[in-house]
Amino acid sequence: MSQTENVIFAVVLAIAVAAFLQSAWRLVSFIRLGKPDGRLSGELVRRFWTMLVYAFWQRRVRKEPYGWNHFFLFWGFIILFLANGEFVIAGLFPSLTFELLGERIYGVLLFLFDVVSMIVLVNVAIAFFRRLVLKPAHIEYNSRDGYLILSLIGALMLAFFCLYGSEFASGTMSVAGVMPFTETIFAPLMGSLFGSAAPIAARVFWWLHGLIVLSFLNYLPYSKHMHILTAIPNCYARSFEYPATVPREEFKPGAQFGVSVVDEFSWKDLLDFTACTECGRCNQNCPATSTGKPLNPRLLVHDGKVNLLTNGPKLLQGNRSANLLPLIGTTDEHEGTVGEDALWACTTCGACMTNCPVFIEHVPKIIKMRRHLVENEARFPHELSVFFESVEQRSNPWGITPGDRAKWARDLSVPLMSDAKCDTLFFVGCAGAFDARNKKVATAVVRALKAAGVEFAILGTEEKCCGDSVRRLGNEYLFERMAKANVELFKKYDVRRIITYCPHCYTTLKHDYRQFGMETQVVHHSEFLHELLETGRLKLDGNKPAVDGKVLYHDSCYLGRYNGLYEEPREVVQRVTGRAPLEMDRRLEKSFCCGAGGGRMWMEEEPEHRINANRVREALGKDADVIAVACPYCMTMFDDGIKDERAEGRVKVMDIAELVAARLPG
Amino acid sequence: MTTRKTLNHVVVAVKQVPDTTQVKVDPATGTLIREGVPFIMNPFDTHAVEEALRLKDRFGCLVTAVTMGPPNAAATLRKCLALGVDDVVLVSDRVFGGADTLATSYVLSEVIRRVEKEQGRVDLVICGKQTIDGDTAQVGPGIAVRLNYCLLTLVDRILDISGAERTITVRRKLEGRREVVRALMPACLTLVREVNEPRYPKVPNRLMAETAEIPVWDNQFLQLSLSRVGLKGSPTHVKKIFAPERARGEILGDAENDPEGAVALLIRRLIEKDLISVGR
Repeated sequence: MSQTENVIFAVVLAIAVAAFLQSAWRLVSFIRLGKPDGRLSGELVRRFWTMLVYAFWQRRVRKEPYGWNHFFLFWGFIILFLANGEFVIAGLFPSLTFELLGERIYGVLLFLFDVVSMIVLVNVAIAFFRRLVLKPAHIEYNSRDGYLILSLIGALMLAFFCLYGSEFASGTMSVAGVMPFTETIFAPLMGSLFGSAAPIAARVFWWLHGLIVLSFLNYLPYSKHMHILTAIPNCYARSFEYPATVPREEFKPGAQFGVSVVDEFSWKDLLDFTACTECGRCNQNCPATSTGKPLNPRLLVHDGKVNLLTNGPKLLQGNRSANLLPLIGTTDEHEGTVGEDALWACTTCGACMTNCPVFIEHVPKIIKMRRHLVENEARFPHELSVFFESVEQRSNPWGITPGDRAKWARDLSVPLMSDAKCDTLFFVGCAGAFDARNKKVATAVVRALKAAGVEFAILGTEEKCCGDSVRRLGNEYLFERMAKANVELFKKYDVRRIITYCPHCYTTLKHDYRQFGMETQVVHHSEFLHELLETGRLKLDGNKPAVDGKVLYHDSCYLGRYNGLYEEPREVVQRVTGRAPLEMDRRLEKSFCCGAGGGRMWMEEEPEHRINANRVREALGKDADVIAVACPYCMTMFDDGIKDERAEGRVKVMDIAELVAARLPG
Repeated sequence: MTTRKTLNHVVVAVKQVPDTTQVKVDPATGTLIREGVPFIMNPFDTHAVEEALRLKDRFGCLVTAVTMGPPNAAATLRKCLALGVDDVVLVSDRVFGGADTLATSYVLSEVIRRVEKEQGRVDLVICGKQTIDGDTAQVGPGIAVRLNYCLLTLVDRILDISGAERTITVRRKLEGRREVVRALMPACLTLVREVNEPRYPKVPNRLMAETAEIPVWDNQFLQLSLSRVGLKGSPTHVKKIFAPERARGEILGDAENDPEGAVALLIRRLIEKDLISVGR
């Protein structure tokens, strides 16, 4: 390498690095536009460990087909980082190479680089095959970005092989027999192609290799490949809350609510936008996308990113009014703008977040944008007016007289909190108190608790709607009222433990109410019944037959994904029926929503595209006699779906508490 | 005082009522148990407020909501403010208590005169068709007569407002037919629920309304003759309130186990009683 080359390379390198630093800094300043988020205080070790497990060991990435493919590319990249580091330094100071480490280590490193480069090349070929031939529907397989990135990686590997192949062909390598692929394939190839011009070819490939590295570096901040820089901190900054609970809002005059301009998101939301790899696992598991709704979580994140990159420069100058690309629009057509109909299609089931390999939090973003629509604009699907009014005035979604809330328990002699001194509360929830079918489940819960000798009471007419749907729909103002009223009641009666049979009440009381100072223990009936059966406090009647036929279990989103309760309800079924339940194809973390979460329970859904119909068809394919659920919403959605499919005679829906109650003595 | 062109000022008369679906009758005394029953804005009046706000959106007119009631009726006016009403007046004084529709419409019409004097020409007074507690549907007409306004009851659509001719054209929902009427303004409208779908309040407005000062007009301010207001000004005397006796109903069929059979039975019974008919 001539000195002139060194100088030219130094200049090119300086320009490339400066350009990269500038665009990286631009990106950092865009992310810094976001609102503060207190999540990073404390838990350093836990965060660091998470980063190692998920970003470097790629635990979630490897769960899917082609995950290993990505793993090899990623680690290939890390190992070749060494090779490229040496390359750049040697470009400036030709004597500073790995050769200085001695022949042995040098040989080992060359062997490693050779093999790893071939592994990377093979994986690039597999990735091309996937995009060109298999064309998986859940990714943008035809994206220019995707092809360009793969081509750059492939070209880099080829340049590497051609460079070393030419060096070997020129006889300038100090070692031999260490680079199997280079020496057996590329050295002879370069020799026959270039003959005595091999040393010149080596220089050309050297420059080609260098320019590809430097252009790749500068392409990064403008492509989805940016994720190699941002996914790692994104895993570090993940939410440890189940789910990523939305923060409270401050209701003071003059304030605006929710998010309508991209800089009203938190910095983590903005980092999320840049960390997306567009792997499509979110939309693959999304019930809305799967049934043809306008929501696609991957595109939502993409729109957020485009919006941030487009508006970022203006927002940095403090220009928040004129000519911004709107974040929320009436249709979903414009890149960088999220359609209102997409926002309303979300069931908040969390499948996107649980399956995202880099912990992007889609649902909180959707809720924040819904808050803007509901609270600032009062603009939402019209059927929600009645729902909001009902919760506000009657404190239940059905708008039934609150005085009737305890009617279901009239003949069960359940004590009221106001009468009994009792530290365990059965928080019935609106469905258990008002919905005909779900009242039977509440009754079954009472029977089971009584059979186990559990002392408990209910709030009766004092209970209020927990506010789950209201919060997920973005009506934080109303939610705050419900939450404060209930927390006040729990305090008034000095409640120490709350049992709920609704996963939505459960999640809201257990996670959301923490923000309102509640520390009471909350248990779901699946946990509680499991414990009662396990410890023998609840005894089943050996002479009573188990429920007739095969039982299929459906995971409720707010029980499974939101709270990790997968095993307990299954074990309850197993204890009651004597065998493990049948399983759906989409189960556990990939369970498919019934369609009622996130306030969708109270909204219209076009008959042709119903989420519950999709799920019911899957269930019917399992040929079960009973579909076991552990959630009142799932109960309603399955019941309705089965009627729509005209399958009433074939299968019935039961809550796990009803399965237990059927086998109680007496 | 600037006067707006087409429409200057709309006054809505609202009432706070007990949520009657939650009211039960004490079987011993036959009186209403009002304890613990929440108060709401009379549902018909929510449509009156909405229609006034739609006129405001269209013509930029001023909207004032007035109510007569106890001090806690301020809650209903706060709701009006949260929805976007410009101004509110709470007419409250012990001497106004126990008023029937005659006394109420007298006080309200005097209030509207006063509002007009302070805030400028009133073109429309809008009321709900009736209240869900009194069910008389007399206060709106009473106001119209006392103010000598054109009276348009049971309106289900405002079709046109002409500023030049000072007329309003509405559609009235009558039994079995609709009637389109044009009348001179100022006019007094009573609305049926089909007229619109009320909006939902925006949170910034709600927060403003929560702390807003609600002006209270008492009789010291209004100076109305005591013989024409409150119980003294009310010729109506309620003798008794009771829940009408009702013969025990009948449960048809077994809806739980044979829903289709139960429905068939119900349809046959309804046809027999000539309550529904089957088209041929």
